[in-house]
Amino acid sequence: MKQITVPVLVAVAKILSGATVRWVDCEPDSCQRVYFANHTSHLDALVLWSSLPKSIRNLTRPVAASDYWDGGPVRRYMASVFNALLIDRKKVRVHNSPIDIMLAEIGNTHSLIVFPEGGRNPTGELQEFKSGLFYLAKKRPDLELMPVYIDNVNRVMPKGEYLPVPLLSCISIGAPVWLESGEGKTEFLERARQAVLKLRNR
Amino acid sequence: MSLLALFTSDLVDIWTIVLVLVVIATLAIFLGIGRILKRQPESKFDPAIVRNFNKRVTSWMTICIVLLVALLMNKIVTVVLFGLVSFWALREFITMTPTRRGDHRTLFWVFLGFTPLQYVLVAYNQYEYYTIVIPVYASLFIPARIAFTSDHKRFLERTAKIQFGLLICVYALSHAAALLNLDLLTWDSRDKAWEPWTGKPAGLLFFFIVIVQVSDMFHFVWDRLFGRHVIAATVNSTKTWEGLIGAACCTAVFGTLIQLVFYNVTPFTWYGAGLMSLLISAMASSGSMTMSAIKRDRGVTEYGTLVTGHVGVLDRIDSVCFAAPIFFHVTRILMTAH
Repeated sequence: MKQITVPVLVAVAKILSGATVRWVDCEPDSCQRVYFANHTSHLDALVLWSSLPKSIRNLTRPVAASDYWDGGPVRRYMASVFNALLIDRKKVRVHNSPIDIMLAEIGNTHSLIVFPEGGRNPTGELQEFKSGLFYLAKKRPDLELMPVYIDNVNRVMPKGEYLPVPLLSCISIGAPVWLESGEGKTEFLERARQAVLKLRNR
Repeated sequence: MSLLALFTSDLVDIWTIVLVLVVIATLAIFLGIGRILKRQPESKFDPAIVRNFNKRVTSWMTICIVLLVALLMNKIVTVVLFGLVSFWALREFITMTPTRRGDHRTLFWVFLGFTPLQYVLVAYNQYEYYTIVIPVYASLFIPARIAFTSDHKRFLERTAKIQFGLLICVYALSHAAALLNLDLLTWDSRDKAWEPWTGKPAGLLFFFIVIVQVSDMFHFVWDRLFGRHVIAATVNSTKTWEGLIGAACCTAVFGTLIQLVFYNVTPFTWYGAGLMSLLISAMASSGSMTMSAIKRDRGVTEYGTLVTGHVGVLDRIDSVCFAAPIFFHVTRILMTAH
């Protein structure tokens, strides 16, 4: 079943979003990566995932909020199609850390798509990043952290809408960011945020 | 004879095929020239111009081949093809134009309601509906639907942008496909009477597309060689009055020659074809000027560069869009029984 639905879903996502993919100062690679992007639409994860080359897509899992993607059979099925890693935003505890779940799930093969703003921002301005990205980098320094700027998908399907408008969007993937030795949490998160913002103007 | 039947249909006759093949062959020669120019040292030719030339020739070639294939299949395929071009052009237009959150549902209906509807009406030859559905019903629907969202910021501006995009990208362009619907008459100069035209409508459509592209080309050449008086430097610094008038005259001569050489490709007499070409050229120039003004206002030079990697459909069809409705209506008024 998934052999049919995956290509169909990927094709629909590509047609709807008309997405162009730009690899700025970097190349597609199947090494373990964390793609971190701005978040403005429910379609973000699907569009970004679809725009990756097939071999990389198969190894990449979007991290998504279970309160949305577990709501109803259609969403649940969609989430399973693109192999989403569902995280319950309400049950974040020390002994139930989403970071540990993510790291356990990806093992030594998979990559992740994360939205470090923690939710969709209706204004389109990039908000402060949540700390998850910092802990990911700290626990697994070998992961390449790839900044991604998703442009115009919020106009394809804004927050609160369920019907898409097929405009043209653009996905820019930038050169990886690493945690510098001795770099603090706030500095690192701000640097990562700036890396995403820089892609907007390029 | 049977081989001929294989390559002709209700839409296409042998004159059209010959015209298309001649155009494709000419473009192939241009492509060859472009290749040679590309290899020349940069000091001899401006590489930007050579690149522009190659890009244009390639896109014309694509247009001709795709159009020929569609016309050989049937009318519906051709109309769907124009519909897809409209859809893509509208996408580019709206992507470039800032809209607000409140316009979302209006845009949904514009893209997935009015755009397909217009082409369905053209495909089924509903002249009295496809001429009014966008200028009347869509024009009233768009502001009303936006008003219902309770977002009144820059209301008139937003409404106008969406209406204009729909009018140019969808309504105007659909008139090119609608040329296939016309039941044309032709003036028999021996009998001094109007007779049903024996040619096929694809000839008229192809004639129109070729004339628009040739007009663009003449405009470019005249601007470069003889351009002195720029029309509106702030809108487009390369378009000149010499280019506009020179292109119109050359296109008229070219149209006359096409009609004389490819005998039954259009229902016009040779001077009729010349005058029509003059009209098409004038409208095509107005079209590129208007789209330049919009691009300048939005601060982009080409629609294609909005989102890197896209061809910029709107850059290629702006002149077609402006010429199509005028050519359609003048032909319909003069050359059909109604």
